[in-house]
Amino acid sequence: MNKNNIKNEMKIEFSSKSANEAFARISVAAFASQLDPTIEEIADIKTSVSEAVTNSIIHAYPNKDGIVKLRATLLEDEIEIEVSDTGEGIENIEQAREPLFTTKGNLERSGMGFTIMENFMDKLKVESIVGLGTKVTMSKKIKNKSLENTY
Amino acid sequence: MKVNHYLEDKLLFFEITEELDHHVVERIRKRADYEIQRFMPKKVIFDFRRVGFMDSAGIGLIIGRYKTASLYGGSVELINVNEKVKKIFEMSGVLKIIPIVDDFSSEQTG
Ligand SMILES: Nc1ncnc2c1ncn2[C@@H]1O[C@H](COP(=O)(O)OP(=O)(O)OP(=O)(O)O)[C@@H](O)[C@H]1O
Ligand SMILES: [Mg+2]
Repeated sequence: MNKNNIKNEMKIEFSSKSANEAFARISVAAFASQLDPTIEEIADIKTSVSEAVTNSIIHAYPNKDGIVKLRATLLEDEIEIEVSDTGEGIENIEQAREPLFTTKGNLERSGMGFTIMENFMDKLKVESIVGLGTKVTMSKKIKNKSLENTY
Repeated sequence: MKVNHYLEDKLLFFEITEELDHHVVERIRKRADYEIQRFMPKKVIFDFRRVGFMDSAGIGLIIGRYKTASLYGGSVELINVNEKVKKIFEMSGVLKIIPIVDDFSSEQTG
């Protein structure tokens, strides 16, 4: 990503408490509204942020509190979102991304988080080191409504 | 979450009134199981009329309650599911065992 293209950027850090899941997705949605997205696009972004943040809260810090970092960048017609933690990490990323794969079936997880992010966003990158943490980067093109409406 | 019992038909009705994420599911799951175990319904219906947001936690909630209801021979159905939420359920394949049905009229049954 070329730094010159950055239009706007925000960062939030918060405790790995489940009450922050709604806070995180609403914050990103409010920030993304600057790109004038459709309701559909906002819904996709909210769901994807919720998935990534919930994963950090549940899987990265299962028995302790930790910090979840959230960064969003607005480009001309695109939003890029990064969710990272310094928790347990993922042993096998390829397997983790498969639909229905979960290591927490006992906690009623369905193993659909990564599949949903992949479906609702345009790009999804997962980086992780066991014992060090996980970083999920995802992006989505926003079709600008007001540009369409000028015709 | 609002809970209604329809005695005649042994129908248990949950209307979800909040955004369905991990945080909320943790709070309503026990209540739902308690009602199912107490009432032993033939059918559990989840009304999604007021669910504007759901993530994968909602899938876990529904599958979990299906498991509880099955212990007492009950089934689970969903009503008033919006397109976005429906897409998430479809991706998981869960609709094969927990169908979305057209409607449910409380007058008919209750
Ligand atoms: N931030 C993370 N830190 C450690 N492990 C993770 C993280 N995110 C995902 N994982 C691992 O990847 C698996 C798959 O994640 P995914 O979100 O697809 O499913 P899930 O969280 O288990 O279930 P669901 O999202 O449907 O509730 C998890 O079960 C977990 O083992
Ligand atoms: Mg998940």
